[in-house]
Amino acid sequence: MNKSEKLADLRHFLARYSLPPDRPAISLGFPAADAVLGGGLRRGALHEVFASDWGASGFAACLAILAAGNKPLFWIRPDYEALEYGTLSATGLLELGGDPRNLFLLRAPDAGDALCATADILACPHVGAVVLELSGAPRCLDLVASRRLALLAEESGVTLFLLREGAMPQPSAAATRWQVHSRSSHPQNDDWGAPRFGAQLTRHRLGALSDFILEWDSENGIFHEAAAHSGAVVAAPADRPADASRQRRA
Amino acid sequence: MPRLPTDRLTRRAKGAHEPNAAAPKTDVKEAPLVIAGRASNALYVHALNRSAQRLGLHPGQPLANARAMIEGLAVVPADEKADLELLETIADWCDRFTPLVAGDPPDGLLLDITGVAHLFGGEVAMLNHVREKIAAQGFAVQAAIAGTSLAARALARYANGTIALPGAEAMSLAPLPIAALDCGEEKLRALKRAGLKTFAQVADRGRAELAARLGADFLTRLHVMLGAEEKPLTPRRPLPDLSAAQRFAEPVVTQEVIAKSLHALATALSEILERQGQGLRLLEAVFFRADGKVERITVRTGAPLRDPAVMLRLLNQRLEALADPLDPGFGFDLIRLEARLAEETHPAEASFDTDENARWQIAFLADRLSARFGEHRMQRFVPQDTHIPEAQSVAIPAQDRDFEGNWTRKRRENDPPLRPLRMMEKPEEIKDGLPVAPDGPPKFFHWRQCKYDVVRAEGPERIALEWWKEDLRRRLIPHREQKRRIRLGVAPKLLPPSRDYFRVETHQGLRFWLYRDGQYQHNGLAPRWYMHGVFA
Repeated sequence: MNKSEKLADLRHFLARYSLPPDRPAISLGFPAADAVLGGGLRRGALHEVFASDWGASGFAACLAILAAGNKPLFWIRPDYEALEYGTLSATGLLELGGDPRNLFLLRAPDAGDALCATADILACPHVGAVVLELSGAPRCLDLVASRRLALLAEESGVTLFLLREGAMPQPSAAATRWQVHSRSSHPQNDDWGAPRFGAQLTRHRLGALSDFILEWDSENGIFHEAAAHSGAVVAAPADRPADASRQRRA
Repeated sequence: MPRLPTDRLTRRAKGAHEPNAAAPKTDVKEAPLVIAGRASNALYVHALNRSAQRLGLHPGQPLANARAMIEGLAVVPADEKADLELLETIADWCDRFTPLVAGDPPDGLLLDITGVAHLFGGEVAMLNHVREKIAAQGFAVQAAIAGTSLAARALARYANGTIALPGAEAMSLAPLPIAALDCGEEKLRALKRAGLKTFAQVADRGRAELAARLGADFLTRLHVMLGAEEKPLTPRRPLPDLSAAQRFAEPVVTQEVIAKSLHALATALSEILERQGQGLRLLEAVFFRADGKVERITVRTGAPLRDPAVMLRLLNQRLEALADPLDPGFGFDLIRLEARLAEETHPAEASFDTDENARWQIAFLADRLSARFGEHRMQRFVPQDTHIPEAQSVAIPAQDRDFEGNWTRKRRENDPPLRPLRMMEKPEEIKDGLPVAPDGPPKFFHWRQCKYDVVRAEGPERIALEWWKEDLRRRLIPHREQKRRIRLGVAPKLLPPSRDYFRVETHQGLRFWLYRDGQYQHNGLAPRWYMHGVFA
């Protein structure tokens, strides 16, 4: 990191302490997580969600629903991601408690275009939240691009979630980074319960790291804490994909 | 343009985009050229150039005769399609004179100049202007102005340069040969046999007599020609609601001038829209290149638009996204901005309401993204009243404005989601190893080279496809499956098109949406399993 970059980073870091008063943090709904995050997820920042398995897009969608509220939710994905990981379903979002009437889907031709479009969307303060889905390690998504997105989000107050599938964490300007995998339903009942995620906070610019098991309440649109049960699998490592097959997601 | 086919070839030989490719006026050097057409299995002279005509050839002559008359005659087979395309291009270019241009194949164009002639300094000046401009492109041209399209057509072909005064069509047409009637070989022969040689002689005959000999059609045609009735022109493109144009004496090439001109046009168009209380939904910028090429850039907007700055921004985004950038070549000599579709604006759109403002900002954002990536890429969703899972919501361009419809949840209160967040674009077949309990979910399955053990399963949820829609049914049963059923002697229609959906949870906690295609039958045909979606 050269001098000017370091300086910019420092300035950025300092600016974060003077949070505008009209930007309340996004409360996840359960106190332990909010305490670690300092009141909740930062609004107007870049948050990264790394997928350990298929559950991560659900987690990103839940966060985006929380962040967007009644405002429009933009979901951007290059064509390849839809082929590989499936298309976003409006009915699925509805079932999770989102409002499909506020959903805008941008099908970008490739990762570079997706980044450009994201920058445009972030510049509009009337947008609620943006989810950008990028898989693998596109060359255009470097530290500069990530910092640019973070700055744009900071200016407009729009929260950006970067959903990374089949990817390894790289240096970025994200406020938080989550490594997410799905968890089994509650063991006490045989039924299939609410969606559960094992979410590991592997990077947090302003605070401590932690590890949560979260259960999404589609009715009220908040997370609950779910007690870990004996059948829990080993938490996914933060610095590498859990195993080869998962990384391939094949 | 009586020499369209030969002019096309000459122009091509010269390099078509050379501006002011001089019209062949004194062609001492020009070699005689003949285009050969084929009629009732014989070759004849379809078109010919000036020097060929000077040597005594004429259209319609058998090709063998022409060859016998001139040694080493250049003959090229006719290409009607290319001629028609060229005519279309010229018609596009003629858009600069009047928006009402109709093609008159094989070699003519009809321009409705009602109310535009004064812009060019009167009819005489306009006629000369049009002729000069087309001749400058390297075409031999004949033109005439008359009150009706048929009269103008006949005059242009047989009395080049005539301007028939309104109501005086009969006088101008009178000396023309009867061929100008363009009424078909047979009737022409009948007229000749009757000893009628000119238009005047025909027009003088009694109407009843003509109708009896030549039919009512002929009479109608005559009436129309004489200006008694008018057949409306069919314009090639729908007329824009409003437009603003700028003409350049010197063709412009530089981006700055083009940008400045677009700015002025946008402001002018916006003023017109303002006066009419309208906003545009479909904006088109038309660039007329000096050498005859016409470029059109179209931008759609989600809400009625009037702000010139916004128009420019949308246009620029569209221009930047062009696969091959706008090439001014030797310059544009006319740029026009058209509101192809204008709509009444609602007074609310000018309010200071913050909600309204936010909605407008979002609509503008969607417009910009649609302009850049194409409207099919910026999507919103509408619900559909159907049970078919993949058809329950339809993605439509975000610029469409009808997003009405009730979204109804599938799950009951406090239930987990019953529909997956992500759906495969096409259901993917999965392989299960173990025989499973009839009508039950699989114990494990292989999908994309991974093995998954099923821990929990919910279902089946039977979704019968809409059997009353034949096409839908055929589409949803994979082709291979249909063939397999036919091979095994099971009529495809005997299997009810239904799917049994299961929500399964694997030992890792992954949640998938699987379905079995069809039901178990007693004929030993194992149904297939498909992966359709992934839950949160």
